[in-house]
Amino acid sequence: MSEHWLSIVLFTPLAGMLILLLIPSRRADLIRVWANLVGFAGFFVALPLLWRFDKSASGFQMVERHEWIPSLGARYIVGIDGISLLLVMLTTLIGAVAILSSWSAIQEKVKQYYAMFLLQQTGMLGVFLALDFFLFFVFWEVTLVPMYFIIGVWGGPRKLYAAIKFFLYTLAGSVLMLLGILTLYFQHFQQFGFYTFEIAELMKLDLPLGLQRWVFWAFFIGFAIKVPMFPFHTWLPDAHVEAPTAGSVILASILLKMGTYGFIRFSLPLLPRASMDPAIVQALVILSLIAIIYGALVSLMQQDWKKLVAYSSVSHLGFCTLGIFALNPNGLAGSVIQQINHGISTGMLFLIVGIAYERRHTREIAEYGGLAHVMPRYATVFAIAMLSSAGLPLLNGFIGEFTILQGAFEANRIWAAFAATGVILGAAYLLWLYQRTMLGQITNPKNLHLPDLNLRELAVFLPLIAWAIWIGVYPKPYFEVLEKPVIEIVQRVRPDYFQHTPVLASAPLEVLR
Amino acid sequence: MNFLELVWLIPLFPLAGAVLMLLLGRWLDPQGPSEVAVAPGVTTQAATQPPDGRHGTRHARGSRVSISLLCPGTVLISLIFSIGAVAQLASLPERSYQVIKFTWVAGLPFFTQSGAQARFAADWGFLLDPLSSVMVLVVTGVGFLIHVYSIGYMGHEGGYYRFFGYMNLFVFFMLMLVLANNYLLMFVGWEGVGLCSYLLIGFYFHRKSAADAGKKAFVVNRIGDAGFIMGMLLMFSVFGSVRFADVNAALAGGRFPAETAGLGVLTAIALLLFLGATGKSAQFPLYTWLPDAMEGPTPVSALIHAATMVTAGVYMVARSHLLFRLTPEASAIVAAIGAFTAILSASIALVQNDIKRVLAYSTVSQLGYMFMACGVGAYWVAIFHLYTHAFFKALLFLGSGSVIHALGGEQDMRRMGGLKDKIPITYWTMVIGALAISGIPGLAGFFSKDEILWQIYSSPQGSRFVYGVALLTAGMTAFYMWRLIYMTFHGAPRADRHTLAHVHESPPVMTVPLVVLAAGSVLAGWIGVPRLWAFVPDSFRLFEHWLAPAVSLAGPAHAAEHPHDAATEWLLMAISVGIALAGIAVARHFYVTRPERAAALRQAAGPLYTTLVNKWYVDEIYDFLFVNGLGKSGGSALARFDNRIVDGGVNGAGWITRLASVLSIWWDTWIVDGAVRLTSFLVKAASFPVRILHTGSVQAYALVIVLGAAVVFAWYLMR
Repeated sequence: MSEHWLSIVLFTPLAGMLILLLIPSRRADLIRVWANLVGFAGFFVALPLLWRFDKSASGFQMVERHEWIPSLGARYIVGIDGISLLLVMLTTLIGAVAILSSWSAIQEKVKQYYAMFLLQQTGMLGVFLALDFFLFFVFWEVTLVPMYFIIGVWGGPRKLYAAIKFFLYTLAGSVLMLLGILTLYFQHFQQFGFYTFEIAELMKLDLPLGLQRWVFWAFFIGFAIKVPMFPFHTWLPDAHVEAPTAGSVILASILLKMGTYGFIRFSLPLLPRASMDPAIVQALVILSLIAIIYGALVSLMQQDWKKLVAYSSVSHLGFCTLGIFALNPNGLAGSVIQQINHGISTGMLFLIVGIAYERRHTREIAEYGGLAHVMPRYATVFAIAMLSSAGLPLLNGFIGEFTILQGAFEANRIWAAFAATGVILGAAYLLWLYQRTMLGQITNPKNLHLPDLNLRELAVFLPLIAWAIWIGVYPKPYFEVLEKPVIEIVQRVRPDYFQHTPVLASAPLEVLR
Repeated sequence: MNFLELVWLIPLFPLAGAVLMLLLGRWLDPQGPSEVAVAPGVTTQAATQPPDGRHGTRHARGSRVSISLLCPGTVLISLIFSIGAVAQLASLPERSYQVIKFTWVAGLPFFTQSGAQARFAADWGFLLDPLSSVMVLVVTGVGFLIHVYSIGYMGHEGGYYRFFGYMNLFVFFMLMLVLANNYLLMFVGWEGVGLCSYLLIGFYFHRKSAADAGKKAFVVNRIGDAGFIMGMLLMFSVFGSVRFADVNAALAGGRFPAETAGLGVLTAIALLLFLGATGKSAQFPLYTWLPDAMEGPTPVSALIHAATMVTAGVYMVARSHLLFRLTPEASAIVAAIGAFTAILSASIALVQNDIKRVLAYSTVSQLGYMFMACGVGAYWVAIFHLYTHAFFKALLFLGSGSVIHALGGEQDMRRMGGLKDKIPITYWTMVIGALAISGIPGLAGFFSKDEILWQIYSSPQGSRFVYGVALLTAGMTAFYMWRLIYMTFHGAPRADRHTLAHVHESPPVMTVPLVVLAAGSVLAGWIGVPRLWAFVPDSFRLFEHWLAPAVSLAGPAHAAEHPHDAATEWLLMAISVGIALAGIAVARHFYVTRPERAAALRQAAGPLYTTLVNKWYVDEIYDFLFVNGLGKSGGSALARFDNRIVDGGVNGAGWITRLASVLSIWWDTWIVDGAVRLTSFLVKAASFPVRILHTGSVQAYALVIVLGAAVVFAWYLMR
C-alpha cells in the first residue's frame, strides 16, 4: 500500500471518473455528490504525503517504477521532491474546490462535465509526478483533451474559437517539445547504447552547448506557450473568458504551472549549459520583465472582468519565470512559492468573477458597481483575494514576490528594479477593479437584489483564504521543503555557485537580553 | 508581571479586536451595515423601505456597548502593557530589549556583494528601545483617546463595527511597524497601515471621491514602497541581513565594502528608504494623497493622517540614523525635501477653505519640519516634534471633527463663523492646539519646533538658508492656523439658520478626549525644555536624556557637544516667537479686525492666489503625466497592441493557415484532382466510339450479330 501511495494519489480521480460513468445521466444530483466526494477524496488521499515526505532527504521520494513499453524503453516512474509535492497539493485542493464551485453553474451534460474534470485531475497530477519523459508527455497531452471539451462545450459565446485556439496553440508547442525529447532520447542511445526516457538517465547525458541550445528552444516553445510567456500569451485571455468558472480556475491555478514546472524540472537540469548561456538567460529574463509590466498595463484598461484577471496572470507568471532564470536558490524557491500563490489568489479571483457571472450573466465591469452594499461577505472575500494577489504582507503573495525580487536582485539589480514596478501596477489595476465593481453607489437596478455568498460558496473560499494566510504568516515550512531540490538544481546548473568563501557577512548578534 | 517578555503581545490585543469585529461585528451591531447607497435614478422598493427593518433601530446606541467597550478596550490593554514594558525598560542598563518569536521569512542561502554567504531571512521579532518606546506610547495613548472619541463621533453612523474593526486593525499594524526588530517586519506594518488607511479613507465607499482618495493613497504609497523594497534588497546584498541590530553593528563597525562609502551603495540605500518615507509621510513628490485622504471620517484623519501613520517615515529615518549619518549627501536631500515640502504645503494651507484640508496641509508641513531635523542629524528632536505634534494635531483634528459634527457635516469654513460661544469646549481646546502649533512659549509645540529651528541653525549639517525657510514656514503656520480659528469661531455666523439652530456641543465621550489632548498640548513639551533655560532643573529634559543617546553615535557625551552661544540662541528664540505672533496678528487683522481686506488681497494677488487655491496644479500635472498619460493611455495602447499585433499574429497565423487551406482545396480540386479527372476525361473521350457499341443490351448485340451475319452473308452471296 504505502509504496504505491503516489499511484493512489494519481489514479483516485480516474477511478472516480470510471465509477461516475456508471451513474445514469438523469440522476444529476447524485453525479454532483459523487464528483465532489471524489474531489475531496483526491485531496485527502494526498494529505498523507505531507508527513510521509522527508524534507531533509535529497532526490526523489516515494519513487515507484514499473516496466511499461520495454521495446521503447518507456517506464512508469513516479516520484516527488519538494517542488512537485507543493504542486500536487495545489492540484488536489484546487481540483476539489473547483468541483465544488461548479455545483449550480453547470446544468447541462452534468455527467460528461464531471467526467472530463476528473480525467483532467489525473492528467495534471501525472505531469507533476512523472519521472519518465514518455510518461510525462502522455499526461501532458492528456490534459489538453478534457480542457478542450470543458471550454468548447460548457463555455461562453465564442467557446469554439477559444477551445480550438487553446488546443492548437498548445499542441503546436508540444510537438516541438516532443522533438526535443526525441533528440535527447536518441542522443542517449548514441552515448550509452540503450533506449530510455527516464529523467535520471537522461541527466547523465553530456551534450555540446550547440545541441543543448536547440533542445532548449524546442522545450522553450512548449513550456512558454503553456506558462504563457510574452508573446505566446494570447490564447490565455480567450480561453479564460470563454471557459466556465471552474475551467478558468483549473486553467490558471494549475495548467499554467505545468509550463513553469517544465522549465524547473526539465530545461534547467537536463540542459544546464544552455540554461546558463547568457544569451538565453537574457532573452528569457527580458520576456519575463515584459510580461510583468505589459501584463499589468494591459490589465489596467480591460473592460471585461475576467479578461482583466487573465492578463494579471500573465504579469504574475512573469514573476515566476523571472525567478527561475535568476538561477539562484531564492529566485527558484520564490518562483515555486509564487506558483502556489498564484494558484491560490488567481483561483479565488476567477471564482469571484464566476459568482458575479452566475448571478448576472455578464462580465462587463461597467455593469457592476456598489456590490459591497448588497453582498458584504462577497466583498470581504474579494478584498482578501485582491490583497493576496497584490502582494500585501502577511498574505501569501508578498512572500513569493519578495523572494523572487531578492533572487532577481542578486542576479542583476536592474531586473529587480523593473520587476518592482509590477508591484505598483499590480496594486493599481486590482484596486481600480475593486472600486469599479464593489464600491460606490449601486448604479444598475439589476444589482440591487443580488444574493450574498451562500454557505457552499463560502466553503469554496475558506480553505484558500486559510492557505493564503498560512503562507503569509508562517512560510518557513515551504522554504524548508524547497531547500533541497532547489539547491540541487542550482548546483547542477551553476556548479560554481557555492564555491564562494563560506563566511557570514556579519557575525550573528547575540539576542539582546 | 514581566512586561518586557510580553512585548510581542502588545500588537495582538487590537488584532484580536479587529478579527472579532470582522467576523462577528454584524451580529454585535444591531444597527447593521451602512444603508444601501443607490445612485440617483435607481429606485426600488428595497432602497426606500428596508424590508428587514434593520434600519429601524437607528439611534439605539445602547446596544452597541459591547463594541464600544471591546475595541477601545483592546487599545487600552496595549497601552497598559506598553507603559509597563517601557517602565521596565528604563531600569535596564542597556535600554534595549529584543524578543524573537520565530523565523518568519526563512529563505534560502545567497551571497552578498562581498562574496559572503548569508541567508535570506527575517525574524518575527520585536525590539523595545527608547525610540520604539516613544512610538509605542504615542500610538497606544493617542490611539486610545481617539478610539474613545470615535464612540461619540461614529455613534450615528452605519457600519460601526466595520469602523472599529479597521481602527483596531490599524493599531495592530502600527504597533508591528514600530516594534519590529527588522526592516522586513517593519514593512509588514508599513503596508498594513497603508491598507487600513485605504479602508478607512474609503469608509464612506458609496462616495466616489472617497473611494478614489483611498485608491490614490494606496497607489501613491506603493510607489514609495517599491523604493523601500529596493532599499531592503540592497541592504540584504550589502549586509546580508535586515535586522536593525545586524545592520547597525555592521555600519558602526565599518563592516561593509570600502567602495560602498561616499556617493555609493550606502547613499543609495538611504535614498531608497527615504523614497519609502516620502510616500508614507507625505513628502514631496509623493504628498498629494494626504489632503485627499481627508475624505475619511475625522477620527481617522486624527489618528492615521496626523498622529501616527504619517509619522512612520520619520520613525524609519530615525531608526536608520546610523545609515543617514554615514551618508551626508542623503541627509542633505532629506533636509532639502523636508524644507521644500514644509513651505510648499504651508503656502497651500494659507488659502484653503475646507477646515480639514487646512489641517492636512499643515500636517504635511509639520512632517517637513521633522525631516529637516532628521536631515541635520537631530534625530531625537525630530521624534520630539513627532511626539508633541501627535498631541496638538490630533487635538486640532478632533476639534474640527467636533465642529463638523455640530454643523451637521459642514466642512467649508466660509459657512462657519461665530461658533465660539456655542461650542465653548471645542473652541478653547482648539485655541490651545492652535497656540501650541504656532509655537507660543510654554506650550508643547514651542519646545519641539524651537529646538528644530535651533538645530537647523547650529548643527554642522544645518544651513542658514534652510533655517530661513523653516522660519518663514513658522510664520505661515501661525497665520493659517489662526485664520482657521477666526474663520470658524469668530465673526458673524455664516451658516444657514436651520443648521445654526442645531449647533450643539459634543457629548462628553468626545469632549473628554479633547480636554485630555489639550492638557497634553500644554504639558507634553515640558519634558524637553531647551538647555538654554538653565534655570529649569535637568529633570525637565527627560526626553533628551531618554532618546538622544539612543540615536546618537557615541552616547550622551556626543549629544552635548554643540557649542552653545547663549546670546544667539536667545535671539533666535525671540525671533521665532516674534514671527509666530506676527502670523497670528496678520490673521487677526484680515479675518477679525478688517475682514474686507482679505477679499481685496485675494483680488490683488490674482494669479498667485489661483495657483495656491489649485495647490500649485501638482495634482493636475501628475494626472496628466502618470495617471492618464502613462497609466491609462499606455494601458489602452498596449491593450490595442496586444489585441491587434500580438494576437493579430496568432490570428494571422490562423488566417494564413485557412488561406493555405482554401488554396490547397482549389489546387486539390482543380490541379491534382483535375489531372485525375482530365485523365479520366481523355479516356472517356477516347472510348466514346467504342462505348457506343457497348450498350449492354442483349437484343442489340443479337441485332448486331444478326445484321453482321446478314452483311457477311450478303457479301458472300454477292461475290
